Amino acid sequence: MQDAVIPPVSGGAPSIWRAPDLSLRWWPVFLRHLLVWRKLAIPSLVGNIAEPLMWLVAFGYGMGALVGQVQIGEVKVPYILFLASGSICMSSMNAASFEALYSAFSRMHVQKTWDGIMNAPVSLDNILMAEMLWAGFKALFTVTAILGVMLALGISHSPKLLVAWLVLFAAGIAFSCIALIFNALAQGYDFFTYYFTLFLTPMMFLSGVFFPREQLPGPLRTASDWLPLTHAVELVRPMFMDQWPAHWLRSALVLAAYTAVAFWVALALTRRRFRA
Amino acid sequence: MSDLLFEARSLCKRYGGTTVVNDLSFGIARGECLGVIGPNGAGKTTTVRMCLGLTAPDSGSISYFHADGAGPGWSMPRDALAVKAQLGVVSQFDTLDPDFSCAENLLVYGRYFGMKEAQIRERIPRLLEFAALSHKADAKPSELSGGMRRRLSLARALVNDPRLLLLDEPTTGLDPQARHLMWERLQLLLQQGKSILLTTHFMDEAERLCSRLLVLDHGKKIAEGRPRDMIARLLEPDVVEAYGNGALQLVDSPLKAFAARVEVSGETVFFYTQDAKPLLAALAAHPQLRTLHRPANLEDLFLKLTGRQIREEG
Repeated sequence: MQDAVIPPVSGGAPSIWRAPDLSLRWWPVFLRHLLVWRKLAIPSLVGNIAEPLMWLVAFGYGMGALVGQVQIGEVKVPYILFLASGSICMSSMNAASFEALYSAFSRMHVQKTWDGIMNAPVSLDNILMAEMLWAGFKALFTVTAILGVMLALGISHSPKLLVAWLVLFAAGIAFSCIALIFNALAQGYDFFTYYFTLFLTPMMFLSGVFFPREQLPGPLRTASDWLPLTHAVELVRPMFMDQWPAHWLRSALVLAAYTAVAFWVALALTRRRFRA
Repeated sequence: MSDLLFEARSLCKRYGGTTVVNDLSFGIARGECLGVIGPNGAGKTTTVRMCLGLTAPDSGSISYFHADGAGPGWSMPRDALAVKAQLGVVSQFDTLDPDFSCAENLLVYGRYFGMKEAQIRERIPRLLEFAALSHKADAKPSELSGGMRRRLSLARALVNDPRLLLLDEPTTGLDPQARHLMWERLQLLLQQGKSILLTTHFMDEAERLCSRLLVLDHGKKIAEGRPRDMIARLLEPDVVEAYGNGALQLVDSPLKAFAARVEVSGETVFFYTQDAKPLLAALAAHPQLRTLHRPANLEDLFLKLTGRQIREEG
């Protein structure tokens, strides 16, 4: 017997709130998602951009004719520009949320893909990291396609759109982190309907996507100051107008805070789910 | 004992007020196939989960590869990733990727071990051949039979050339042909020097594959040893089963004296005896009964140790 090398008695499970334990092992998991998606990319592309384009056409051109110009600060812009710059943020949010809820839940709970991966030397933390980045990537892919259409339509040709593109990726990451909290809590797909109807849909209307937030009554407007989508729109819209956002640091910090806190909470709840 | 690849010491695990695993110690030697058998709820799955570091024991220790000089000695769950790099796991339920072909499943899984693509691609034909799936390389799991899917899971577990395999009920739900093919493959792996930890509900499987058995019930080890030795040590060598009209009345008849032990299950009476001849001669006086004379097997032992009552809990 080699008693000396036998490790000491372990004392139960560590806290679910411990710091993330990440390595580069999230990459093969991300690559797995990419390989699956590559098989379905074209139909997925159509689905991803068809809906936002319908919004743009119906509201932008239809309502735009009625609305005319929208006042933003000192300047007036055509409604289609106002709507395009807001709805692309919404598309990023929807794409990331959908992937981090329905698709991640399928992999985690239905197909048991995560369980299979965890039998290899890949930790749960790295699997969640891969899901988070993957949902961010899906958002990036969607906004890239929509941005391409918007450029073709001549809605904006500002070079600052390149920066907006990165902001939209960051917003996708933030929304995927928030969605992963709900993924960790879900017992079935039905649960996500609540998330969409009680959280994302109201946020869509409160964050200045379709109309300026100045139109909102006082308390609602104060609440909307703290919504992540509001800050994504505040960052992206000026760049569509070839301007830099006035309060970029504040908005960037709010999005960063949502990302960090949501990822930490999502990680803790996911660890709790898998510890049982 | 210095040849142990794996050692669990005094494992305890409680969920709420229930003790699921209670003071369990066992080891696996190099080249050995250790079978873990027990009724539903005996603690098999929890034990496997602790061995995989998926759940932490409340007390006790699990160590891997500590005595073979090649490794520094790793403990679960602390060194889970280092250990898993050397393990092959087939879980109770398939976790194959439904969107990938057989070959892609192996490729993607190999990447989780940090293997290079060229290295994995070189192994894929051999793994598919081993799993008798060479002709299905491009088929998706949904196009495979249950047996093929289990063999693909086994091939996937071998992608990293593991030192120890953990197989959780690898043949549950398979037909006899598929089960025999699986056994053949597992025996091949044992011949190649792999070590295996296997949980199963099938006593013929345990008897055929396992060099040593661990019998669990209510989270505790109730017996351990080589299958044949355990049967010889703990059971009478002969079993006579009697069933048919009036069989149950035999239980209180003078025939009882010919058996060391008599058990009843449903309509069948089981006589366990050192010598079946006088019993069979006496039974000839009851031509309406159907009898079966056979040697005692592992299933008899299992039922003796764990009882005949049904365990409905998971």
